[in-house]
Amino acid sequence: MPNYAYIILIPLLPLAAFVVLGLFGRKYLRGISGVIGTGAVLISVVLSLWVAYGYFFSVGKVDGVYQPVIAWKAVWLSFSPGLSIDMSIILDPISVMMIVVVSFVSFMVHLFSLGYMKGEERFGTYYAFLGLFTFSMLGLVLSGNIFEIYIFWELVGCSSFLLIGYYFDRPTAVAAAKKAFIVTRFADLGFLIGILILSLHAETLDFRTLIQRFTEPSPQLAGITSASFLGISLLSWGLTLVFIGGAGKSALFPLHIWLPDAMEGPTPVSALIHAATMVVAGVYLVARLYPVYALSDPAVLQVILFVGAISALLAAVIACTQTDIKRVLAYSTMSQIGYMMFALGTFHSGEEGALGYTAGMFHLFTHAFFKALLFLCAGVIIHKVHSNEMRDMGGLRRSMPLTHGCFLIACLAIAGIPPFSGFFSKEEILLAAYRANKFVYVIGLLTSCLTAFYMFRLYFSVFWWREGGVSAGDHGEGPASMKIPLVVLAAGALLAGFVPFSRLVTFDGAAMDTPGVGVFAIAPVMLAILGILLAGYLYRKESDRPRKAAGVFGVLYKLAYHKFYIDEIYSFVTKKIIFNLIGRPAAWIDRNIVDGLMNSLAGVTARISAGIKGFQSGRVQDYVLYFFAGIAVLAVLFIYIYT
Amino acid sequence: MNLSLLVLMPLITAIVVLFSRREGGARWVSLTGVTVQLLLSFGLLILYWKERAAGSMGMLFEYRHVWFKPLNIWYHVGVDGISVAMILLTAVVMVAAVLVSWRVQSWDKEFFVLLLFLSAGAYGFFLSLDLFTLFFFLEISVIPKFLLIGIWGSGKKEYSAMKLALMLMGGSALVFVGLLGVYYNTGGAAGPYTFDWPVIAQVHLPVEAQRRFFPLLFVGFGIFTALFPFHTWVPDGHSSAPTAASMFLAGISMKLGGYGCLRVAVSLMPIAAREYSPVIILLATIAIVYGAFATMMQKDLKYINAYSSISHCGFILLGIGMLTRTAVMGAVMQMISHGLMTALFFAAIGMIYDRTHTRLVERLGGLLKIMPFISTIFVIAGLCSLGLPGLSGFVAEVTVFMGSWQRTGEAYRIATILACASIVITAVYILRATGQSIMGPVKDQQYYGLADATWNEKLAAVILGAGIIAIGVAPFWLSDLLNIK
Repeated sequence: MPNYAYIILIPLLPLAAFVVLGLFGRKYLRGISGVIGTGAVLISVVLSLWVAYGYFFSVGKVDGVYQPVIAWKAVWLSFSPGLSIDMSIILDPISVMMIVVVSFVSFMVHLFSLGYMKGEERFGTYYAFLGLFTFSMLGLVLSGNIFEIYIFWELVGCSSFLLIGYYFDRPTAVAAAKKAFIVTRFADLGFLIGILILSLHAETLDFRTLIQRFTEPSPQLAGITSASFLGISLLSWGLTLVFIGGAGKSALFPLHIWLPDAMEGPTPVSALIHAATMVVAGVYLVARLYPVYALSDPAVLQVILFVGAISALLAAVIACTQTDIKRVLAYSTMSQIGYMMFALGTFHSGEEGALGYTAGMFHLFTHAFFKALLFLCAGVIIHKVHSNEMRDMGGLRRSMPLTHGCFLIACLAIAGIPPFSGFFSKEEILLAAYRANKFVYVIGLLTSCLTAFYMFRLYFSVFWWREGGVSAGDHGEGPASMKIPLVVLAAGALLAGFVPFSRLVTFDGAAMDTPGVGVFAIAPVMLAILGILLAGYLYRKESDRPRKAAGVFGVLYKLAYHKFYIDEIYSFVTKKIIFNLIGRPAAWIDRNIVDGLMNSLAGVTARISAGIKGFQSGRVQDYVLYFFAGIAVLAVLFIYIYT
Repeated sequence: MNLSLLVLMPLITAIVVLFSRREGGARWVSLTGVTVQLLLSFGLLILYWKERAAGSMGMLFEYRHVWFKPLNIWYHVGVDGISVAMILLTAVVMVAAVLVSWRVQSWDKEFFVLLLFLSAGAYGFFLSLDLFTLFFFLEISVIPKFLLIGIWGSGKKEYSAMKLALMLMGGSALVFVGLLGVYYNTGGAAGPYTFDWPVIAQVHLPVEAQRRFFPLLFVGFGIFTALFPFHTWVPDGHSSAPTAASMFLAGISMKLGGYGCLRVAVSLMPIAAREYSPVIILLATIAIVYGAFATMMQKDLKYINAYSSISHCGFILLGIGMLTRTAVMGAVMQMISHGLMTALFFAAIGMIYDRTHTRLVERLGGLLKIMPFISTIFVIAGLCSLGLPGLSGFVAEVTVFMGSWQRTGEAYRIATILACASIVITAVYILRATGQSIMGPVKDQQYYGLADATWNEKLAAVILGAGIIAIGVAPFWLSDLLNIK
């Protein structure tokens, strides 16, 4: 086996950048902190690519099948024999694919931020946080232990919190950061309990051992399937709870409410964390445990299938009505993650039953490029017009030709127009859905059409709609550090589809033939074109057509515009129920009843002492009186006893 | 190593402080004393490791000297991994406590003397292997608190001081009766009555006596660790105390109870412990969840931390009550972790209060802009409190969770899940407090121009923070050290 130990440097370099910049970035290294952070990640990118090359093309395969390799391992915290949290690094097709995606997108965002965040007062801190995030995310994807992944899972949540709240003096940013943390924390509770359930029965926390024990006949598998709670086997409970953790991080319905608000963070951060990497962690988590889901508990997979499909459709509908450019992109992210999730849910036994696994991972891969690109383009646009609102934009295609071109490529990719990257991955997902469940296939088609519509609605409103556009205070499209990432990512969005993914990342590790797309692609592509044409009709030129179209949909439009009032429901539950009906009474009871009881104990003592202190009057006459009274009582007692 | 040195050092320092003449001499003498003590504690850790590596079992560095022959009372000290860890914790917190008290205005000599006395009591308590000695040191560490709060405190300090002293005295009284009960059941065939811990651990107390005296000892020690419903001294006591006293109170004093529950009640009376464990678990779970909900509604930073201490100390009692090896280890880890974290929290709150003269969350805001260092340590303490990996709180909590989950039985599982659920509520109150006071716009124009931490405050924070990170990043050394059987 080749020596992979240097892989540990891939996450450790960004960590080192975090430590150095966190300690000295504010005072001493402010000017060069961007360079330090970017440089560290650049080395990580190079190492990741080197690892990927080595793994995929020279040594990863044994007998034609990609083998998982533990590249590094150390016991971190041992609970009992066999049960310990290890810091280990696992290499298999998905983790290798992910380190490339994460480090690459992270590098692009680091580079982009050099221009975008220039002049920020807390420039060093910003790069420190980016380093922390990159470290945590790389650690997450490389984890070979289920508790280890939870550790990094929490750390990415924390770095997300810190970066959303980067503009900490804006109350909206603070609220958004809190919301993101708390909602995902709530989901993580599910993850944690899921880990407890699974690990207790598997008697291990190691992913490989756990998967092995739960997919092959073993006493552990027999134990966990025979034990049940509320009529559902503990295996299903465990897997569902773990999935809830994933759904929270990946902003799936109904735990998606934090994602649109998270757009309060700096735009490059949205590109990195809330589009390309962290939000797909849930998909990755399910993929990591996929053998258990697929082979031992198909029922949970059905849940995943429908949660994914609902999220995809719901988010696409909402995205059609939003007016804030970043929120449209946020909902589109949610929709695309829903796509990936339901792709994973399409597993069925039989030939190519695990096509959905490859397709989901493929979409994750291509999505990272075009969605990061969309966000960075949005960053350039916002940088220029100083607003997030689509109505403040329009007609920008002449003044920002490069951004225009890149944005168009990304839109075509996400809409699934051949030969852009999104087309290939989306076709695979739809094909898998078609074979598994016709209903979900229809949802997928519908979402695909809506995706094309809302993306081009965005595209036309920003770059067409009216003529002229912003010109005052024009500072072009930013420096080269902002342009290069756009071009590179655009190339990625254009070409990523040609990666022979089904030869590299498959369920069983063996190469799979790319399923023929051919005739099957006609329907989705036609629908996408229909969506684009409709968007062009409504938004290409300034008119009141959009308003009329909204009127046609009436209530549905209103519901979607208000995001189906899901936020309001949550706010009712937390404010009215948890705070007022639990928190307030708890605090009141503590001060008045529990403490009141303690104080009244003291009060009783004080009263008794007040009652008897009169005896100590200090007057000799009184004492003489007590003395003789006492003698009298004793005398009576003695007489009574001795007679 | 002569363990008595650890008790003598603070006392010697206190005497030197009393005789120090120069202006500000008291704090330098104290700082020297606690620093030497910290070095001694590290020395103890290293020697302990060496001895263990050489294969020594049981208690190490034992020393006995007769104290009161007729009742068979001995001065008997010795350490195992748990006591070494607790001593180290005390030493670290003491250095930080002296550093943040750098600007005590009035009666500074008396202040430091009392603080040093407190710590001497704590060291003696953690070292004692004779139950009478142990009780003696427990008492030593109660009285100075009354004075520290009553004289240097703030707010309704007389009330709080009285309340704290009375409730802790009540706890001590229960402990004392319990100890007598243990004492009078050690005689008979095994020999004379004894307070000697290793001897009692061998004799197996009669089950009847265990049943009768376990509750007394557990509740008595439990009051120190905010056992529900005897926790009400915590919010008032902590909030009225001066910063250093809050740090010591929450960081060390509350741990005396947990340590006592474990060392005396549970380990000497295992049968009763098993019988009563459902009750302990019930009370601990209530403390965890209810404490967390009550914290959510607090408006004063010190009250927030005090109430959250009730919730966090619930994990200590939960771990002890679950009685599995992992859970007990988690409980001890939580003692250490909470000690460091809460001391850091109170230090940060004290620094904020010194500058802004308010602790009300609604009146603070945007502190990150004005005092980045203090805000950062506040956030680190908060993140530790909500169990962020990489900081000590996470390590302790997951160990408690894993250990509790190993206890079979549906009711225990539900208790564990409820305890787990508290991590969400913790996140809510920590982030609310942070979001309002540290982040957000600057609320008061007067806050502009307030200074950030001074060197001594920074040093205190760094020492505590280093401990939190050392456990959070590399917990294996701590679990090796504790090595609970």
